[in-house]
Amino acid sequence: MSIPISYYLVLSAVLFGLGVVAFVFKRNIITIFMSIELMLNAVNLAFVAFARAHNQLDGLVFVFFVIVVAAAEAAVGLAIIIMLAQNRQSLNVERVNQLKF
Amino acid sequence: MSIPLILFIVCALLAIGGAVALILAREPIHSALALILVMMSLAVLYLLLGSPFIAAVQILVYAGAIMVLFVFVIMLLNEGVEERTNFSRLAKYVGLPLGFFLLLEFGHWLAHSPAGAVIANGAGASGQAADTAKLSEQLFRQYLFPFEATSILILIAILGALVLARKEE
Repeated sequence: MSIPISYYLVLSAVLFGLGVVAFVFKRNIITIFMSIELMLNAVNLAFVAFARAHNQLDGLVFVFFVIVVAAAEAAVGLAIIIMLAQNRQSLNVERVNQLKF
Repeated sequence: MSIPLILFIVCALLAIGGAVALILAREPIHSALALILVMMSLAVLYLLLGSPFIAAVQILVYAGAIMVLFVFVIMLLNEGVEERTNFSRLAKYVGLPLGFFLLLEFGHWLAHSPAGAVIANGAGASGQAADTAKLSEQLFRQYLFPFEATSILILIAILGALVLARKEE
């Protein structure tokens, strides 16, 4: 007996929702960045589940590309965070409000 | 209950617990450790879905490389307990009910629409395990150009990080 695909999709949706909640509620910019990674992971789970359901490998290739893009994003994003911390002495996003209307 | 189902439930609960811990933790390093827990349990789920290559990449690249980078930056910046600020009333009284409605709508869609029924039946869930050899063949034949494009993307990311980290004269 195999596990229904819908279980994986519900888990993926719950993880994505928790990622959105963390993105909105957290105030530390590193934690906000980590919640983006959580959302990417949730989407990856849905990709793998659908690839399995349709018995095609394209979804797995997309997961591979998503992981590559996440790695590049982490490198640049963390460099920006370090710059921000050096210039502002704080990681709170409420203090970074120059572009806020 | 079969063993895969038990394994799925344990890993799903670990993943959700890790995500909740990420939200509730006050210190960034605790959030990072919770996120590593989520990624590890997702790797087990990928094994359950029959794709060992993705599981290995998940542990090597995500839990290994990316999270080590996060932990390194957290240690480097040495930021303590997160400050809490008051949220706007609009978010509390409009945003939370709307989010709840979205969740209900998703559940309704999954339960009643034809597409949701096809998904919920899990008809294709008995597909064969994704062979790593087949996956690599697809990656290096059909998706060769995007694969090469990612190498340029990584190069640009390295250059961007270097430019950002460089000291201003």
